[in-house]
Amino acid sequence: MIRFKNYVRAESLEEAYNLNQKKSSVIGAGMMWLKVQNRIKMTLVDLSGLGLDGVEETEEEFVIGAMCTLRQLEIHKGLDGYFPGLFKECTRSIVGVQFRNGATVGGSIFGRFGFSDILTCMLALDTYVELYKGGIIPLEEFCSQKYNRDILVRIRIKKDGRRAFYASSRMTKTDFPLIACCVSATDDTYYVSVGARPAKAELAVISRREREDVEELAALAADHFRYGTNFRGSAEYRKHLAAVYVKRLFMVLDREEG
Amino acid sequence: MQIEFTLNGRLIYEETSDDETLFHLLRRKGCYSVKCGCETENCGLCTVLVNGVSRLSCSYLAARADGCDVVTLEGAQKEAEEFGSFLAAEGAEQCGFCSPGLIMNVLAMEKELDSYEEENVKEYLAGNLCRCSGYMGQLRAVKSYLSRGENRNEC
Ligand SMILES: Cc1cc2nc3c(=O)[nH]c(=O)nc-3n(C[C@H](O)[C@H](O)[C@H](O)COP(=O)(O)OP(=O)(O)OC[C@H]3O[C@@H](n4cnc5c(N)ncnc54)[C@H](O)[C@@H]3O)c2cc1C
Ligand code: FES
Ligand code: FES
Repeated sequence: MIRFKNYVRAESLEEAYNLNQKKSSVIGAGMMWLKVQNRIKMTLVDLSGLGLDGVEETEEEFVIGAMCTLRQLEIHKGLDGYFPGLFKECTRSIVGVQFRNGATVGGSIFGRFGFSDILTCMLALDTYVELYKGGIIPLEEFCSQKYNRDILVRIRIKKDGRRAFYASSRMTKTDFPLIACCVSATDDTYYVSVGARPAKAELAVISRREREDVEELAALAADHFRYGTNFRGSAEYRKHLAAVYVKRLFMVLDREEG
Repeated sequence: MQIEFTLNGRLIYEETSDDETLFHLLRRKGCYSVKCGCETENCGLCTVLVNGVSRLSCSYLAARADGCDVVTLEGAQKEAEEFGSFLAAEGAEQCGFCSPGLIMNVLAMEKELDSYEEENVKEYLAGNLCRCSGYMGQLRAVKSYLSRGENRNEC
């Protein structure tokens, strides 16, 4: 378990940022990941007093505060209306409701975990990360950046007309995913995100006209990624699963279009 | 540091270390229904309600409870007894170790869900592990508890 000497509930982002510049400090969001870390720090900087725990919907985008919980994401009516079933599907297997009442969107995205359902899902959408000092950058760019001591303030998901679906495979219902896939589509493009390979999610952008046959197109998409082996499954198995799930998601999207 | 919160309806002023968890504080205050089964956020044994929301006290900082309303099984005796009778009727308990956490989450579920369809119920309770019951007895007990005396949605 993480231990620390001082607990500070930040009163402003500036205060949180300044405190976090010291290596002996750590940002505390849902604390679910930090809790299972064996770390000793001087100061825990709590972001829970900064009003970052809501989801705001405008004409152009959804603005999700870093401290919004996974449960809020799961049951938010506006998100579910625009992306039917998507956020429910990518959150529902994460441990249990009590866990999702704690774990945050900010912690999930900032952590860029190799097993993350949330990162896999959001990467297939037109998603941006708002950093306190680093400004607003595409999620894909954020994923390739090194960890630094900035603060993730909000996630912005554009309403660009994409439809999206999510699927994951797990050894047991609430285990980490063995493979996680999200596919979104515009008129001529598929955005395919595959995570838990077991490495952090990456994106493949594929023209829908590249192949006639969905199975071939899915195999092509699955080929974009590198897969690894761990005790949950081999690289070969993961690649096979990715091709199967991506194909199914293509088919769901095609069916939805009629 | 000093915090002030409501525990089972009573206002409490308490000294806590900055990194103490709510679980440890609650045990110190004599709430022995709250147990720690895994300490890795997986078993649900340590579930309590914070401002009406089910939370894992093993990973909830006591410092964050400042100004909150915390309820443990000790503060929900009436509901616990009622639900307990459904568990007993279904033979859904063996050692009973998981029951306090399960009961607290069932109480949260009852308030939160609009529809008690079986899938919703199972998903809501997926974070409450039980090594004895095999879950089917628990599920039957939860279903009959939720539909007691009324014609609620399918369950
Ligand atoms: C037992 C367990 C099982 C899990 N299973 C899954 C799963 O199946 N699928 C899945 O997708 N995820 C899973 N997760 C991950 C979980 O969903 C969260 O992503 C994770 O707990 C981090 O979120 P948090 O709010 O708890 O962050 P914290 O633990 O508070 O923080 C995590 C890290 O991010 C930093 N941080 C947090 N917020 C910010 C911010 N706003 N700005 C800058 N830095 C920040 C912290 O300093 C810390 O280093 C699991 C985690 C655990 C512990
Ligand atoms: S002790 Fe908290 S979830 Fe197991
Ligand atoms: S009855 Fe023994 S753990 Fe559930």
